[in-house]
Amino acid sequence: MAKIKIDEIRCKGCYLCITSCPQGLIKVSDRLNIKGTKPARFKGGKCTGCSMCAIICPDCIIQVYR
Amino acid sequence: MRKSNQKPVTRNQKKKKINKSQVENLIFSRPRSMRDVEMHYCAGCGHGLVHRLICETIDELGIRERTIGVAPVGCAVIAYDYWDFDVTEAAHGRTPAVATGIKRVRPESIVFSYQGDGDLAAIGTAEIIHTANRGENITVIFVNNGVYGMTGGQMAPTTLAGQVTDTTVEGRNLKRDGYPLKILEMMAVLPGAKYLERTSVHSPQEVLRTKRAIKKAFQTQIDNRGFSMVEVLAMCPTYWGMSPIKSADRIKNEVSTFYPIGVVKSY
Ligand SMILES: Cc1ncc(C[n+]2csc(CCOP(=O)(O)OP(=O)(O)O)c2C)c(N)n1
Ligand code: SF4
Ligand SMILES: [Mg+2]
Repeated sequence: MAKIKIDEIRCKGCYLCITSCPQGLIKVSDRLNIKGTKPARFKGGKCTGCSMCAIICPDCIIQVYR
Repeated sequence: MRKSNQKPVTRNQKKKKINKSQVENLIFSRPRSMRDVEMHYCAGCGHGLVHRLICETIDELGIRERTIGVAPVGCAVIAYDYWDFDVTEAAHGRTPAVATGIKRVRPESIVFSYQGDGDLAAIGTAEIIHTANRGENITVIFVNNGVYGMTGGQMAPTTLAGQVTDTTVEGRNLKRDGYPLKILEMMAVLPGAKYLERTSVHSPQEVLRTKRAIKKAFQTQIDNRGFSMVEVLAMCPTYWGMSPIKSADRIKNEVSTFYPIGVVKSY
């Protein structure tokens, strides 16, 4: 199973990854990061490793593993 | 027929299974030419995306040791902090002139100019047009977000009709403020301009397309064909006054209808 890692400390909360995941596996975290932003969080599940989230991430903080 | 078709499939599946249990492959991460530091850009800003695509291109073309970038004045003014290759800085709008000088004394270098729309389409209009007209063998990456981001969201020549900015509080009025400038289409008539393409970064598909365009533009320079430029429609959520997701939608529904995405000129 593929998976992603989001650097939640650096996430600025644009949430473009959330709208880009075809499987809907990313959500807004309910905890704040050090910036005072709710970062995007990987829920887990049937990740195909398509990398759409990482491709659209403006801050280049998503890694994809397959 | 079916049997012979099935065999390789099962063999492939077996191979994949072995891979899965043995190693976890990192298939997407920061390109090597991009420094591992946090960028100062606002959430959802298009600059970070374009920075990364340039780095990916440089890595894939294997030109990191001979690339020299020229950073603009604008929000991308400290792009040299994020790129791990040689970068210099130029006065507002003058990156094409500085890039010209570098390329002429170091023709073996791959030289690119990175510019915003205030930089390229306002104060630097003379430089960009004459650089293209001279057919300088450089590449220009033009990030069009339709406003002056760095200075607080004033109207740029590229601002759309009716768009609200700091200096057009009731929307851009064509009678008073003139018309939005289509730089690429203007430049297409110049024989020195060899490769011109407009792309966007509002969706993963468009990001991938932008990457292909940037790569083609750099390849144009490597092949010594002359001036190449990619205009990237980018989000400035802060001074568009909307969320990054709405900003991406705005490019798709509004900005790209006025500034059509596609190749404007190719050799
Ligand atoms: C000679 C000169 N004139 C004016 C300025 C002020 N100034 C700084 S950035 C900028 C516009 C930036 O807009 P753009 O190029 O679109 O970049 P963005 O921030 O939107 O990416 C202006 C007018 C300056 N720095 N130097
Ligand atoms: S003001 Fe606009 S262009 Fe500048 S960093 Fe913020 S979103 Fe990007
Ligand atoms: Mg701008």
